[in-house]
Amino acid sequence: MHSFGYRANALLTFAVTLLALICAMSSLSDNLNSPSPSSHVKVLNINWFQKSTQGNDEVSMTMNISANLQSLFTWNTKQVFVFLAAEYETPQNSLNQVSLWDGIIPSKEHAKFWIHTTNKYRFTDQGSNLQGKEFNLTLHWHVMPKTGKMFADKIVMSGFSLPVEYR
Amino acid sequence: MDWQGQKLVEHLMQILLVVFAVMAITMGYALGSFQTMLLIYASGVVITTLITVPNWPFFNRNPLKWLDPSEAEKHSKMQIVDSSSKKKISKK
Repeated sequence: MHSFGYRANALLTFAVTLLALICAMSSLSDNLNSPSPSSHVKVLNINWFQKSTQGNDEVSMTMNISANLQSLFTWNTKQVFVFLAAEYETPQNSLNQVSLWDGIIPSKEHAKFWIHTTNKYRFTDQGSNLQGKEFNLTLHWHVMPKTGKMFADKIVMSGFSLPVEYR
Repeated sequence: MDWQGQKLVEHLMQILLVVFAVMAITMGYALGSFQTMLLIYASGVVITTLITVPNWPFFNRNPLKWLDPSEAEKHSKMQIVDSSSKKKISKK
């Protein structure tokens, strides 16, 4: 503590150590939040459903996605990444996950949304198993914090099925 | 900066920073604003720097009292005499 440089160094080191501690505590404070998100998806129309030249089934559909993810936001939340996936079982794979739509929610004000959309990414099967297939639509999300641990969770919505015939 | 000043400045630095850190996290959590927390802490660090880093006169109130050069010379001579006498004794 005898010189200017020594004092400046000691102060900086201690200040940064405390800053790390503060960040760790704000990350831990996220655990105090118990979110209660809700979501609802309605398949309005199967636009077309066919087998591609490669022999893989492909579907285009129009959906209505509504969700309220406001309770996921805390003071330490930077943004929330959310995606809707179709999940189904085939003889080949016990779990197929096809991302149909995604989005980034930048703030709590935008976390209660309602969107009318066709699938943003192609709903293609690995093979030809989609005729009359029952599938789940699952809303997955990743909560990205300003500092610390990232949280991920999902809501599974079941009871959707594809038509038996191509159209 | 004298010895007392150095001790004081170290304690002052640690206490101030911890106080500002606690204040920042409680205010930030209470107001639900990460930015507020960072601003409070940053201003805390700046204030602490201004208080503890420059060599303020406040930290120089207990200066060391050095001996006069003439007196010091006498003492050093005496020590040399002493040590030489000791050596002579040990040789004997």
